[in-house]
Amino acid sequence: MDGGMVAATKPLVRFTGVQKTYDGEHLVVKKLDLDIRKGEFLTLLGPSGSGKTTTLMMLAGFEVPTHGEIHLADRPIKNLPPHKRDIGMVFQNYALFPHMTIEENVAFPLSVRKVGKAEMKERVHQALRMIKLENLAHRRPGQLSGGQQQRVALARALVFNPQLVLMDEPLGALDKRLREHMQLEIKQLHETMGITVVYVTHDQGEALTMSDRIAVFNDGVVQQIDKPDALYESPTNSFVANFIGENNVLAGTIGSVEHGWCRVALAAGGSVTARAVNAGSAGNRTSLSVRPERVTILADDAPADESMNRLPATVQDAIYLGDHALAILAVAGNGEFMVKLPPGGHVGLAHGQAVTIAFRPDDCRALDPV
Amino acid sequence: MTAAFVAGADAPPEVPLKRRLRRAERARQFKALALILPLLAFLLFTFLGPIAGMLWHSVEDWEVPRALPHTVSALSRWDGKTLPDERAFAALAGDILEARADGTLATASKRLNYTISGFRTTLMSTARHLKTAPEPGTAKDTLIGIDKMWGEQETWAAIKGASGPLTDFYLLASLDLKRDNNGSIFAAPEDQAIYRDIFFRTFTIGFAVTALCLILGFPVAYLLATLPSNSANLLMICVLLPFWTSLLVRTCAWIVVLQTNGIVNDTLRWLGVIADPVQLVYNRFGVYVAMTHVLMPFMILPLYSVMKAIPPAYVRAASSLGASPTVAFLRIYLPQTIPGIGAGCLLVFILAIGYYITPALVGGAADQMISYFIAFYTTETVNWGLASALGAVLLLATVALAMVYGKLVHGQQMTGGMKN
Repeated sequence: MDGGMVAATKPLVRFTGVQKTYDGEHLVVKKLDLDIRKGEFLTLLGPSGSGKTTTLMMLAGFEVPTHGEIHLADRPIKNLPPHKRDIGMVFQNYALFPHMTIEENVAFPLSVRKVGKAEMKERVHQALRMIKLENLAHRRPGQLSGGQQQRVALARALVFNPQLVLMDEPLGALDKRLREHMQLEIKQLHETMGITVVYVTHDQGEALTMSDRIAVFNDGVVQQIDKPDALYESPTNSFVANFIGENNVLAGTIGSVEHGWCRVALAAGGSVTARAVNAGSAGNRTSLSVRPERVTILADDAPADESMNRLPATVQDAIYLGDHALAILAVAGNGEFMVKLPPGGHVGLAHGQAVTIAFRPDDCRALDPV
Repeated sequence: MTAAFVAGADAPPEVPLKRRLRRAERARQFKALALILPLLAFLLFTFLGPIAGMLWHSVEDWEVPRALPHTVSALSRWDGKTLPDERAFAALAGDILEARADGTLATASKRLNYTISGFRTTLMSTARHLKTAPEPGTAKDTLIGIDKMWGEQETWAAIKGASGPLTDFYLLASLDLKRDNNGSIFAAPEDQAIYRDIFFRTFTIGFAVTALCLILGFPVAYLLATLPSNSANLLMICVLLPFWTSLLVRTCAWIVVLQTNGIVNDTLRWLGVIADPVQLVYNRFGVYVAMTHVLMPFMILPLYSVMKAIPPAYVRAASSLGASPTVAFLRIYLPQTIPGIGAGCLLVFILAIGYYITPALVGGAADQMISYFIAFYTTETVNWGLASALGAVLLLATVALAMVYGKLVHGQQMTGGMKN
């Protein structure tokens, strides 16, 4: 999916200044302004207690915003009960009705909408064919495996063609292999059916695999909302940099800022050039973010390249990981600085050995201090 | 080898494995049995034993054979169409004399009095008048001379009917049925038939109380299962409070509340709703109110335990799929509470049909249930046979109900299981 193409269309859902508190003292969602575009796969990603599930529940209608308004297709829905919202939802533990067969479960949203018998049968059949479980139509949920139950929950949420489908950590209860398989299956369903999906997860790998866009939540605030690659490559604050993927942090103070670049004096001595992203002006403290795969360990006889940042380091450990190797170094006061090496790159690195590392200023981002 | 397998001649090694498994399991089973042995022994002595005794009492007929053994054996070949022969009269005269000396005559006369009222008088006066055994050949005339009743075929049929060792007399009586002289069963006359009405009344009260408990208890159980734990605990204490209070105290409290000058009547009169006090106690209304209150926890607790296990996600899922709250309740929530409804209703109904003290205290004469009569026959008239027979019928009804419930629940599990 091309994010740029759907950006032109009008938002399907709009959160405006939404706040939510349960106890009247602490805001679970602090100030939420969020547009969800028609046809996109948006993931709400964040640690538990970050407000992502509360946001989803407000959208589904199970929680009422304390302040602000939510529009669905230009219609305010703050006071609309859940059953009138036309939003399909897949729950964490599937919530398949245990006293009904698979067929009855999938037919449920149609039967409460008083769809005719023949049409209902046809649509249920079609939905079951979509998830490849036609032969289990007369079983009960308790007789199905977790993955099959998950697929039925999906079919049930899609069968009435809702304008929006919400998924609340739907793969959390599955084992790793099945989870990865289901991720691809859900992504395929999204692409072939052109539905709008809002997906909640705390698993960043899942978010990166499936989403068109990811909204990273922390502490009741959306930290950054962007496409997966942009989120990984260009985090705009330290929380996002640390939450998505592996990250090396170096603490320092900004010496000078010029044309989007800054010179940073490291707390432990030495200085580097970094991209000034979210660090303020000279004299401010900053946390530098460098991805492990953007760093190289220089060979002793390497020619000096003045455009690169160079720092002395001490090897702590070198780990072989099959498709790659990892060096753990002590760099400028950070004892767990990771460098991703090609396979075999760990050979010849011994504990306590002094080396020099190098990375491009472009790969080093000056962010808010941690 | 293959041929042997096909022919089944070569026993596969699975059989010894199975046997080994059984042997290994046996030790565990013995240990489990040892753990429940004390309770089992206790139940045997305090529960199963008395029940077996009760069932035995309801069919046993020992009084007459013990007091009049020779008469019973003399009557064994009697066809019952005419008066028995002289031999039987002689045997009876001899038996009466012996029984009077042994002191067994009173119990036998009491038993015979159940069949024909007035038999006790006949037997006791005969015993009084019969000083010595009559001369051989004159027994018939002597006895008829003392009491004309001995000249009636019915009298002898009553003795034959009570000659044991087993009888269906009490069981039939508890269903308002009798046997005539030919042994065929017929319904007792209207004025003597009471137990069918009482059973009907007992089951009516049982059903009504069960329905009231379900209607009033369901919302409470729902609240208990859904409220935040602080309020739920408080409510739970309110539900359990009756459990910690004596049944007698609770019943008497209802008398205080409902009596003519009680709290309810006074309040209603003060509010001007009624001019004269309304009869609220010593009638069916009082029985319903008091029994429903006493039995309420037995409905609420099974319902609560089932409702507590229903995740709120089901109703949420239903409403996200477009079901209004009413539809979500009727089609998703209610069907999942059926095991609790079944268990609660069964419990309340079985307890209700055995109720004794509450109806005796807050009910009128027309509101007494079967247990009252069982107690009456046990303690007042010492008619153990009829008391046991009434108890046996009640037990049978209860067991039948429990079996129907068991079948229903089992059937449900067979068709997929209520729980994931």
